[in-house]
Amino acid sequence: MNHGTAAPTLEIDALSCVRGDRVLFRDLSFEVRPAELLHLKGRNGTGKTTLLRALAGLLLPESGEVRWDRRNIRSLREEYSRHLLYLGHLNGIKGDLTAAENLRIAATLDGFELSEARAWEVLGEIGLKGHEDLPSKHLSQGQKRRVALARLLANQARVWILDEPFTALDVNAVQLLQDVIRRHVENGGMAIITTHQAVPMIGEHTRTVSLGSADA
Amino acid sequence: MSSRFINWFKFSSPATFYPLARKISVVSTVVAVVLIAIGLYMSFFVAPTDYKQGEGYRIIFVHVPASWMSMFIYLVMAGWAALGLVFNTRLSAMMAQALAPTGAMFAFLSLWTGSFWGKPMWGTWWVWDARITSELILLFLYLGYMALRSAIDDPRRGDRASAILLLVGVVNVPIIYYSVKWWNTLHQGSTIRMNQETTMEETMLLTMLIMTLGFWAYSIAVSMARVRAVILERERSANWVRELAEGRT
Amino acid sequence: MLEPLYWIIRRDLTIAMRRRSDVFTTLIFFVIVVSLFPLGIGPEPGTLRLIAPGIVWVGALLASMLALEQIFSADHRDGTLEQMLLTPQPVALLVAGKVLAHWLVSGVPLVIIAPLLGLQYDLSMDALQALVISLLLGTPTLSLIGAIGAALTLGLRSGGVLLALLVLPLYIPVLIFGAGAVEATVSGLGGQSHLSLLGAILVASLVLAPLATAAALRVAED
Repeated sequence: MNHGTAAPTLEIDALSCVRGDRVLFRDLSFEVRPAELLHLKGRNGTGKTTLLRALAGLLLPESGEVRWDRRNIRSLREEYSRHLLYLGHLNGIKGDLTAAENLRIAATLDGFELSEARAWEVLGEIGLKGHEDLPSKHLSQGQKRRVALARLLANQARVWILDEPFTALDVNAVQLLQDVIRRHVENGGMAIITTHQAVPMIGEHTRTVSLGSADA
Repeated sequence: MSSRFINWFKFSSPATFYPLARKISVVSTVVAVVLIAIGLYMSFFVAPTDYKQGEGYRIIFVHVPASWMSMFIYLVMAGWAALGLVFNTRLSAMMAQALAPTGAMFAFLSLWTGSFWGKPMWGTWWVWDARITSELILLFLYLGYMALRSAIDDPRRGDRASAILLLVGVVNVPIIYYSVKWWNTLHQGSTIRMNQETTMEETMLLTMLIMTLGFWAYSIAVSMARVRAVILERERSANWVRELAEGRT
Repeated sequence: MLEPLYWIIRRDLTIAMRRRSDVFTTLIFFVIVVSLFPLGIGPEPGTLRLIAPGIVWVGALLASMLALEQIFSADHRDGTLEQMLLTPQPVALLVAGKVLAHWLVSGVPLVIIAPLLGLQYDLSMDALQALVISLLLGTPTLSLIGAIGAALTLGLRSGGVLLALLVLPLYIPVLIFGAGAVEATVSGLGGQSHLSLLGAILVASLVLAPLATAAALRVAED
């Protein structure tokens, strides 16, 4: 196949997911291109989280496939993960480690070096100045979420998959996060997010996919 | 494309397999009844009395084939598990699931008959003989598999997790077997061997062969019947099962 | 490639050091279980010397299994485990790191305390030495195999008991060769061959077990 002719896209082809007896969605197909924000809508229980987990490669879909750069992410595995940043309901931070430690370990596992100084800088940017050296379990819900979101600032992943990123955040943080997402998209990144909040989403590159309406 | 084909294959195969399983089950039930009847008749009335062990030895016509079956079924299950993991086919996991109780039953039967044999032979119900001990561990492996399966609610996770367990188990079985054998030879100077190979007469071999084939047919019959139940349960929301149910009532 | 391995080990060790009590729980369990047997069997030194290798080994087996239940569950609850599955690092490598860290925290203390327990059973110097070496070679294998079970039972209701059911049969070869090494030393045969078999099993499980564990973790996070 001819790689590299264009920037890679994320294709979703005839994806179906089943939970127990329930078909969450069937034959879902769409594509996310660079510099595009995809806003995933749907009521509770329509499978938004399931879809995001399938897109991240955490969940094996019942049928259909997700392709990155025209190749199934199942066969790409780690190569796809390199381009991906997934943030689920869980923050993915250890309570026994400090915010800076959490950030630096996440960075190393994501395959790049993050200096102590840079980690503090990023944490300052996300509004955690003065909390960098505290065990994360002593932070508030919103602050923990900010530690998780700090990864967005430190990472160079092209695909962001964010499941309800605005929950537990105050107004300032919501504003900040929107800016961060906008900058990412404007720089040619892709973002796929779900949110319940009526957040005025950003720019003309926003697309919406609704789940649950096409229930079979 | 090829993925389309696999989808089609995946969705329809339990449906097409369901009636086929019924036919296989019926045929092998008949075969099993006939073979086991002949086998039992031969083991009680045709096979000669053993000059060393007397009449009591006749239990090996059940014991040995049961041991073979219990090991063989575990291998078959692991084979299905590997197939299911590689090709993501649902039917393979269902087959493994359907075979497990039969395998466990044969492992138990092997232990039980072994113990029955042991009492008159050596005056004890249980000896820590290498084979018996391995068989006991095999039974544990079966029980572990079934326990894991039933502990997981989501059937797909259950399929994949138990498949991994089976593959881990099958890699370990030879290691366990040889370690137990090693342990046994070191600890019992005067080992009592289950198969103190007295010269087997041809009729004895033939009887054992017939019993083995009968157990084969039984295993196929029972697992096919069970896989039908598994298919119905797992596919209960599929259209073809609904139509089937409506046709019956 | 080894950088992430180093970090994951450092991470888990840091966390373990910040909650040290967990380490001691396993250790105390081990000591108590092993000390119970003389109470059940009687204080006759000859008998105790005979059964000591088996008892210390069974105790180590149970202690290591109980400790393993925790190896992935905390990471599963706070979401770091799913992040680990999404890194560009091979999951099996991260698993190996986690198991190694876990063994350093929960296995090594058992190895260190074992000679003391052996003294309770009046084991000779040679036997104690064989006990330590066999535990040193065997307990990492227990951690590696147990990690598969811990991954398979991750998040299940009856996790703990189920883990025992899945893992204990797989521990049998390690038990046989481990306890056998000590017994062979006691009886003057020399535990060399036992120990080399233990080593072989360790190498094999070092290669295979992280792969199986990684696969099981992917299933558990599905």
